[in-house]
Amino acid sequence: MPHENPAAPLLQLRDARIAYGQIQAVKGIDLELFSGELVSLIGANGAGKTTTLNAIAGTLQLSGGELSYAGSAIAGMPAHKRLRAGIALVPEGRGIFTRLTVEENLRMGAYTRSDKAEIEADLERVYEMLPRVRERLPQVAGTLSGGEQQMVAIGRALLSRPKLLLLDEPSMGLAPLIVEKIFEVIQIVIKQGVTVLLVEQNANLALGFSNRAYVMESGKITLSGSGQDLLHDPKVRSAYLGEAA
Amino acid sequence: MQTLLQQIINGLVVGSVYAVVALGYTMVYGILGLINFAHGDVLMVGALVAYTAITFFQAAIPGLSPIVYFALGLMVAMPACMVIGYTIERTAYRRLRNAPRLAPLITAIGVSFLLQTLAMIIWGRNYHSFPQLIQTAPIEVVTGVFMTPVQMTTVGLSAAMMVGLVLLVTRTNMGRAMRATAENHRVASLMGVDTNGIIALTFIIGSALAAVAGVMIASNYGVAHYSMGFMPGLKAFTAAVLGGIGNLAGAMVGGIVLGLVEAIGAGYIETWSGGWLNSSYQDIFAFIILGIVLIFRPTGLLGERVADRA
Repeated sequence: MPHENPAAPLLQLRDARIAYGQIQAVKGIDLELFSGELVSLIGANGAGKTTTLNAIAGTLQLSGGELSYAGSAIAGMPAHKRLRAGIALVPEGRGIFTRLTVEENLRMGAYTRSDKAEIEADLERVYEMLPRVRERLPQVAGTLSGGEQQMVAIGRALLSRPKLLLLDEPSMGLAPLIVEKIFEVIQIVIKQGVTVLLVEQNANLALGFSNRAYVMESGKITLSGSGQDLLHDPKVRSAYLGEAA
Repeated sequence: MQTLLQQIINGLVVGSVYAVVALGYTMVYGILGLINFAHGDVLMVGALVAYTAITFFQAAIPGLSPIVYFALGLMVAMPACMVIGYTIERTAYRRLRNAPRLAPLITAIGVSFLLQTLAMIIWGRNYHSFPQLIQTAPIEVVTGVFMTPVQMTTVGLSAAMMVGLVLLVTRTNMGRAMRATAENHRVASLMGVDTNGIIALTFIIGSALAAVAGVMIASNYGVAHYSMGFMPGLKAFTAAVLGGIGNLAGAMVGGIVLGLVEAIGAGYIETWSGGWLNSSYQDIFAFIILGIVLIFRPTGLLGERVADRA
């Protein structure tokens, strides 16, 4: 079923609509991701970015339109099966299991895997990438700082060996140094061939790193293009980068 | 002194059964925020199924050792209760997962009535004398302090179930997934956990524990009947609240403490009240404790997990 045609998008949304009861949060968007890309989705609060990510990860379902991944329609597939198919989401607010230890959190990322030796090797890789996490392994995760929790959340998602990593506001509420570290990690992840869809409030930072980007406004995609083009687009600059038009 | 020791032993026996049943309440509460008031009735079904199975095997294959019949009874009662627990979750509670909290609570009471009525239809309203397969002749453990083999079996089986459950929850991937799901269903599903499966599993495990508890209660008292689950269910619920509902260690501590308070209270109430009350009032202790805990320490002895999931 899944034909791995390099020219075909890894993920495709067609006229996707998502509703919370009667309220349409996403009103028919088209979005494509190709293997190996870093694409960002920017826009104001309430534009529907998080909703879109949740629908791709499967914790929300589309109310209309199509969603395909690796050549198969996956609308209606529950979240836990999408993870097995290679879609991992680092949710907004990190979603750390606060009562589990850091190590248990990370191991939850590998829940669907049974290749023990490989899991240990992957854990080791995460520790190398995020040395501060290693120091905290036996600690209950709720006691970590926000930045440490974000790193655990990203490390945990990587332990599922995703093909597509969805990141929801990884820089939210974090100090600039930690944000820098997180973007370093995203770069490493991209180099490993993982496709990344990034939702960010910090548009300047996101666009600078992205191959392509989409701009969302009240449930619709209003602009799309290469990261650099959007970074220099006067409309984007005035709306999201805090410049006077 | 001998009375005190004797009552402590009796309390440990009853308390260990409460603890096993309380684990079922607390596991379901931890993962769904639901008080499964039908849990006590699952225990009753376990006892009655075991009764029927033991009677059947005694007739079909006579001459086996009593322990074998006892084990056969457990081996039939446990899967039967697991199926019932699963069915209750699947048909009654799952569709109410996102309903206001009162709806599943009332449904739980409804399921409790349903199980009792079905049991009454199947087994009748009479008390069935439960086969005394384990010796009930008291053995003197210390001078003047007695314990029956059935009491010893009860404590031993309960301890084994508790150790097994704790190991499952703390040491296995499945247990970790259970704890993750209890904390956050949505994020657990993002880790690839089939949260519906984990919730069903919680009911299945809790029901298996209830089956064992039911068989032990019936073995201790020598009777089984359709309403026998009500009081132990309520006591175990009290034990779970006492320990801190949602907390596994709390359920075990709460069960033992409640059993001890009840037994010691029953042993001395006559002296304390100057003959006004006697040991048939032992049930009041559980409910006095429930009242005190709810007023002064609603999170229980060890609990902190009461209000973190709506």
